[in-house]
Amino acid sequence: MMKRYLSILLMSLCVSAQAELTIEITQGIASSIPISVVPFKFEGTAKDSVDEIVRTDLERSGHFSLLEPDDMLSQPQSEDDIYFTDWRLLKQEYVVIGTISALPNQQYQVRYQLFDVFNEKELLTQSLKGTASQLRDIAHRVSDAIYEQLTGIRGAFSTKIAYVTTNSKRTKFNLSIADSDGAREKVVLSSKYSIFSPTWSPDGKRLAYVMLEDSGSKVYVQDLVTGKKQLVSANKGINSAPSFSPDGKKLALVLSKDGNPEIYIINLATRHWTRVTNHYAIDTEPNWMPDGEHIIFTSGRSGNPQIYRVSLSSGYVERLTFEGSYNARARLAQDGRFLVLVHQAKKGAPFHIASLDLVRGLLQTLTSDTELDESPSVSPNGVMVMYAAKYNKRSILAAVSVAGDVKFLVPSKNGDVREPAWGPYLD
Amino acid sequence: MELNKLFAVSLLSLAIVGCASSGGTTDEAATTEAAVEESQTQGVPGSPDLDVVTEEQAEMAVNSLLEQTIVYFGYDRSEIRPEFKDVLNAHAEYLVANPMARIVLEGHCDERGTVEYNLALGERRANTVKRYLIVQGANPSQMESVSFGEERPSMIGSDDSTWSKNRRTEIKYQ
Repeated sequence: MMKRYLSILLMSLCVSAQAELTIEITQGIASSIPISVVPFKFEGTAKDSVDEIVRTDLERSGHFSLLEPDDMLSQPQSEDDIYFTDWRLLKQEYVVIGTISALPNQQYQVRYQLFDVFNEKELLTQSLKGTASQLRDIAHRVSDAIYEQLTGIRGAFSTKIAYVTTNSKRTKFNLSIADSDGAREKVVLSSKYSIFSPTWSPDGKRLAYVMLEDSGSKVYVQDLVTGKKQLVSANKGINSAPSFSPDGKKLALVLSKDGNPEIYIINLATRHWTRVTNHYAIDTEPNWMPDGEHIIFTSGRSGNPQIYRVSLSSGYVERLTFEGSYNARARLAQDGRFLVLVHQAKKGAPFHIASLDLVRGLLQTLTSDTELDESPSVSPNGVMVMYAAKYNKRSILAAVSVAGDVKFLVPSKNGDVREPAWGPYLD
Repeated sequence: MELNKLFAVSLLSLAIVGCASSGGTTDEAATTEAAVEESQTQGVPGSPDLDVVTEEQAEMAVNSLLEQTIVYFGYDRSEIRPEFKDVLNAHAEYLVANPMARIVLEGHCDERGTVEYNLALGERRANTVKRYLIVQGANPSQMESVSFGEERPSMIGSDDSTWSKNRRTEIKYQ
């Protein structure tokens, strides 16, 4: 196991009252790919360094080890300047070079090339345009393309995360969204009431969440473009745990209006309700399967929380987890092959994040360094899980790969951070 | 599934036992109090002198019990612990004697486990208290229950004693 430590302050330019998330990589894979991203040639000034963001993205994925620019023998800015023998000497497998040129109308053009050092061959080249404020988006797109070219998996660096920050007295709550690396944090809702279970619509344009007011929990859906929030459910009892259907038209949620927490589905256009579960035990934490025909959920019907799957057409309920005394809040990864969940091996044991391979039936505990791990949320490419945990007596976000081999912490400078929700691809 | 059924049944029977033996340590006290309760629920006027004395004594005891407005629960449990039955009996008697009195039952959990499961568990903790009070004669319309899950801890901390203080139902008179 290769241990690395890297702490990069990503939020030097944000306004006040924000969490200022940073990233500390605590574990990368042993067979990480050596790659050099040479500082891009840039005529002009901009707050964001594209090549630096790309290096950080790739490093954070755990699949790459990045050569520091200071350790490079040369910093070529065009193909003709690359001496592959130099890069072989530095044991680099891939090298990326690029240039950023200013265009009219405050636009910039970023052009980069990815080379295979051993075969001395160009693998990828791309040209992207945008304004100065879009250079960060362009950098994440470059990372996405390089990641996909070299791993075969679509990159998720361009995606967003939502999360809730709170002060230590728990009297102020902010629902925020940020880039997946914590940069460009934006508060979408501030409240004196606790906000939890944020969840993204499949198109990334709306967030559903629970607000716990003095009269109890209510479910809202907020449009991220207009900022308008709409009350979806304020029935007697619990209104909670929203989950969008894959087509974004329906919301599964938990209501106890009929006396007991049960899973219901509401059609957001017609407001028509259907009840899904009917059991005197706690049923909660629904999560729609990609087929739109099944919902996984947590139920206490066996005596302690376990994960079940219900067919929406037949109502047939099947238990999915058997190992451990507490399995809850499952999320799906990799088209439903894996469940990622909160797991307690036995009573009194710590709560950690685990993955369950539904094909092979294998449960693997993924986390160990953090405490009271909860709220796992999977990146849209199914590779990483972001979760909330206690670390040095504070609530922080952390991430672990579904395979368990990559780990990083996302501590904040201010207050506690909870309830991460990884957003979908935005195109 | 069976466990939960058993649990529900045992809860009911506990509630019934609690009703019969509330307040007293001796059989005599239990019988007297049961009689008092009966006279209250039936609204029989002009009780004998002996009963009036007992009622006054009971009232003093009840007042001190009424000052206790929090009952605590075991980890991942929502059944009433025996040591809180006297307190709940006192509140039930008060509600019976004061039909205009209204309470809100706030269910809470410790920070362990998931936010949503704890929200549901908090509601169960509020509702078992509600059901217990109903069995004791309180009118369901006198009570509202609300769950705050793990969101409003009474103490901040991550140790057993803090957790045990946070697993609670608070009785709040309106």
